[in-house]
Amino acid sequence: MAADTELTPTKYIDHHLTHMIVQVNEGAFWALHIDTLVTSILLGILGLGSVWLVVRKATPGVPSKRQAFVELMIEFIDNEVKNTFHGNRHVFVAPTALTIFIWVLLMNTMDIMPIDITAWVTENVFGLHYWKIVPTTDVNTTFALALSIWFLMIFFSVKVKGLGGWMYELFCTPFGKNPLLWILNLLFNFIEYVSKPLSHSLRLFGNIYAGEIIFLLLGMWAATGVAGAFFGAILGAGWAIFHILIVTLQAFIFMMLAVVYISMAHESH
Amino acid sequence: MNINFTLISQALAFSTFIWFTVKFVWPPLLKAIEERQKTIADGLAAGERGRHELELASQRSSEILKDAKQQATEIIQQAEKRATEIVEESKNVAKQEGERIIAGAKAEIDHEIFSAKEALRQHAAELAIAGASKILRKEVDAKAHADLLASIEEDLK
Repeated sequence: MAADTELTPTKYIDHHLTHMIVQVNEGAFWALHIDTLVTSILLGILGLGSVWLVVRKATPGVPSKRQAFVELMIEFIDNEVKNTFHGNRHVFVAPTALTIFIWVLLMNTMDIMPIDITAWVTENVFGLHYWKIVPTTDVNTTFALALSIWFLMIFFSVKVKGLGGWMYELFCTPFGKNPLLWILNLLFNFIEYVSKPLSHSLRLFGNIYAGEIIFLLLGMWAATGVAGAFFGAILGAGWAIFHILIVTLQAFIFMMLAVVYISMAHESH
Repeated sequence: MNINFTLISQALAFSTFIWFTVKFVWPPLLKAIEERQKTIADGLAAGERGRHELELASQRSSEILKDAKQQATEIIQQAEKRATEIVEESKNVAKQEGERIIAGAKAEIDHEIFSAKEALRQHAAELAIAGASKILRKEVDAKAHADLLASIEEDLK
């Protein structure tokens, strides 16, 4: 936290929403939010690594408690995928859904961490002045995920239907194959292709970012004195409990949408 | 909200994680789950088979029991028949034996009667001779009249 100047609410919030930036190259685009990247990769390694450690020793006999937990999670996701995707889901779609769910859930869960304590730890233990620990409040993360899914969508469209089949779908659906309707169809599909990754990524980003802002606003109660701090803590606890639902739900929705988009790419209209 | 290089690096991280899950996380667990499903299915099938076999076995055992009962009844009947036969036979044998014993006894009795008669005759002859000899003590010489005495004795027999 900036100690040299007076701390105003704007500065407080601004500080918490500022990324640690490493300039990889010249230009605005080549900025790298190192906090987002490192936190998300650490979380991914933590989540998928611990699942891998359990799965590596998976036995078909009586499972250990940890294996049973992992199986429960995987079967839950597998069931959701099975209901949506009608192909061999084990090759790619189901593992991808699992990756998304575990990773996004962990990144979202960082939102529940007490912001000022984690900020204190990153500042005083690791010496990092700016460090946002919630990767999904960085629009780059959500766009990276949504655009990856978007490319997968196009990839599977072309792979399953062929380039011609995909072009046919772009020009001749949903209104019909009359040449007069081609432009309309293309426009319609264009809107769909643009709106999918936008809504996909912004939904996740918006929910988690808004949650973060609420935490910050509640955190400011502490500035009003002991009673305010106490009140703010109670409200913060309530919001955090409610947020458990939101982070899980958003991770699940993000995963389901990814599965739905990839499934739609596999099916002809 | 500024899009920058973070997006590309996050996408790379994402694809790496997907690759990792597809390659290392999903297959072993899926294999374990599928193997367990197979084991459970096998177990259920075995249970069903066992139940079926138990049914067959109980059916077979009741049949065997029925056969055994029938055989037992037959054996008892035969035994009863045989017993009756044996009783009949032994009755006959006993009758014959009894008759034989009676016949033997009769022969013995006849023989006894004959020897008693003989002895009586002997005694009577002796008595007669004794009487006669008492009467004729003086005139009859046993040696001289031996022939006579023998003929009397012969007559008395």
